[in-house]
Amino acid sequence: MSEHVPTADHRPEDRENVRFAAASVTRHEGHTGQIVMPEAAGSAASSELPAYESGLELEARSQWDYARIRFFRHRLAVGSLVVLILIMLAAIFAKHVAPYSYDELDLNNIAHKPTLQGKHIFGTDLLGRDYFSRVVYGLRTSIWVALFVAFLSTIIGTTVGALAGYYGRHVDNLLMRFTDLILTLPGLAVLLTASVFLGSGKPYRVGVILAFLFWTAIARIVRGLFLSLREKEFVEAAKAAGAGDIRIIVRHMLPNCVGPIVVNTTLIVATAILVEAALSFLGFGIQPPTPSLGSLIAQGEGEGFNEWWLVTFPGLVIVLIALCINFIGDGLRDALDPTQRRVGG
Amino acid sequence: MLTYVVRRLLYSVVVVLLSSFIIFSFVRLSTDPLAYAKMNPAVSELTLKNIAARKHLNDPIPVQYLYWLKDAVTNKFGTTTVGNRPILPDLARVMGHTLQLVVIAEMLALLIAVGIGVYSALRQYSVFDYSATTFSFLGLATPVFWLALMLQVLMVNIYQWTGYHVFPIASLNSVDPGSGIHFALDRAQHLALPVLVLMVASIATYSRFMRAAMLEVVNADYVRTARAKGLKEKRVVMKHAFRNALIPMVTLVALNFGALLGGAVVTETVFSLDGMGLYFINALGAGDPYPIMAWLMITAVIVVIFNLLADITYGFLDPRVRYE
Repeated sequence: MSEHVPTADHRPEDRENVRFAAASVTRHEGHTGQIVMPEAAGSAASSELPAYESGLELEARSQWDYARIRFFRHRLAVGSLVVLILIMLAAIFAKHVAPYSYDELDLNNIAHKPTLQGKHIFGTDLLGRDYFSRVVYGLRTSIWVALFVAFLSTIIGTTVGALAGYYGRHVDNLLMRFTDLILTLPGLAVLLTASVFLGSGKPYRVGVILAFLFWTAIARIVRGLFLSLREKEFVEAAKAAGAGDIRIIVRHMLPNCVGPIVVNTTLIVATAILVEAALSFLGFGIQPPTPSLGSLIAQGEGEGFNEWWLVTFPGLVIVLIALCINFIGDGLRDALDPTQRRVGG
Repeated sequence: MLTYVVRRLLYSVVVVLLSSFIIFSFVRLSTDPLAYAKMNPAVSELTLKNIAARKHLNDPIPVQYLYWLKDAVTNKFGTTTVGNRPILPDLARVMGHTLQLVVIAEMLALLIAVGIGVYSALRQYSVFDYSATTFSFLGLATPVFWLALMLQVLMVNIYQWTGYHVFPIASLNSVDPGSGIHFALDRAQHLALPVLVLMVASIATYSRFMRAAMLEVVNADYVRTARAKGLKEKRVVMKHAFRNALIPMVTLVALNFGALLGGAVVTETVFSLDGMGLYFINALGAGDPYPIMAWLMITAVIVVIFNLLADITYGFLDPRVRYE
């Protein structure tokens, strides 16, 4: 595998060139195959020959290959990804990870400090419930809400931004004024009001309320990208070939916006975890008995500060998750930036 | 410039009115303003009827909104639904407290963050730079309310171990704060922790931003020119680079400051400070739309004003920006 430095005319996002590159690779492979086969059977040393000869060896790498390679160079991001995946697995398999159920009482160990005895590694609360188990189940709720928020707001934001950017003029004006309106609303206040209005408590409701405020950033970014993409030749070509509006938006323009969208969706997950925690802490988010990281901290505050572990651990988990996601977002931003074509060190 | 300001103001008025209508409908539909009064057996049926009639609670919502608007303009936001308590004096009081908290925290944060940002940029990739980056990543990942709680936990535990009160963990003043210098000192002690909490979040954001702005400037052509014509390094940094790097900070700080004035909601709640945020949470808990609306309108106006201020200062500081 030689380090291939792409030239300006080898742009993977350009369909024609990708096809051309792919074709040249097949031809090339067939070619070496013919040379290598007889000689490789002869001696091991001569097997180096084709690699040496093929100074022109062309390996087709898609934009995703470059992105992946660049991402895996970002050590902090990769480390964060590993940690985050572990946390996610713990959340998914909460039943198997948590030694107790989240509402199981251990009356012999009430308000116990973190200890290895009875596996209460995060201690127990005033009812003797194992706090590690509660944090794991809370994690499950919080991550579920955050992913739901990210998914929903990305869909809404992308749709609004794409429509505004593609159609422009009146559609753009209308949609963007609406976006501005939402941006001028005082965030937390509206969230609190909305959660009283829509009734919170259930995780999906909290998710819908958060998504209602979070889609605006993506909408603005997608709109900006669409405004510039709209003028590109490939869009004109697609139009000339008779493609409909929806086909042009979905097949031709959206794939060019994936990078920024992915980065922003990642960051929304982090923000959603923090805001959901604050909302639940204030008592306007997820309600007991469903544990979420925020409501666990609220519970810890309610039970007094002598049991320091009740406040500390759920918060530490939030910090860890948010930190990991921010690092991953950072790595993705570098990896998906199409102006960075350099792969070599 | 003047037309620009006027147009922006007119546009803002429309936006504020629209959003106030949306929020009014939200709040009015979500809660029964009389819910608490109805639960109180001491409040008679007649009183409830009187309140409903006074606040036009039986009219359609758009009509109620217009009554509210009239009240807001002619009668200083009117009174609360239950208890008939004037709203504006309460709001003025809590606004004063929030101002103290936010102004102190933001000033200190700005000073520190600008220092950190500039030094990080000048010594890029140094140990200091990496530590500062780590700090701001941590700061951005830490929930504000959790940080506040952890400080309280710390204070309580220090008190239990050593018997020494470092800082009070709640409210604005002691029961008997005294007057004059004693009052000020007492207030300062009570504000120490909330200010610290607000500062951490602000420093994390500002220092990153300042570092980026400074890095952009130190590589600019005019800075190279300044060096090339033989100016001293200190003068190049302070006069040519630093001043220009500050310009984008103006927008960020103005916007953040405007937003904070309405809502250090979380910090004020945790430390039970009698400020704007706690006022809002309490009004929301009581389900009374009138104080909520007054609060939202005042904060919306503040945010709009600070947005406008940010834009105008930007125009003055950077003459390349021209408004049509």
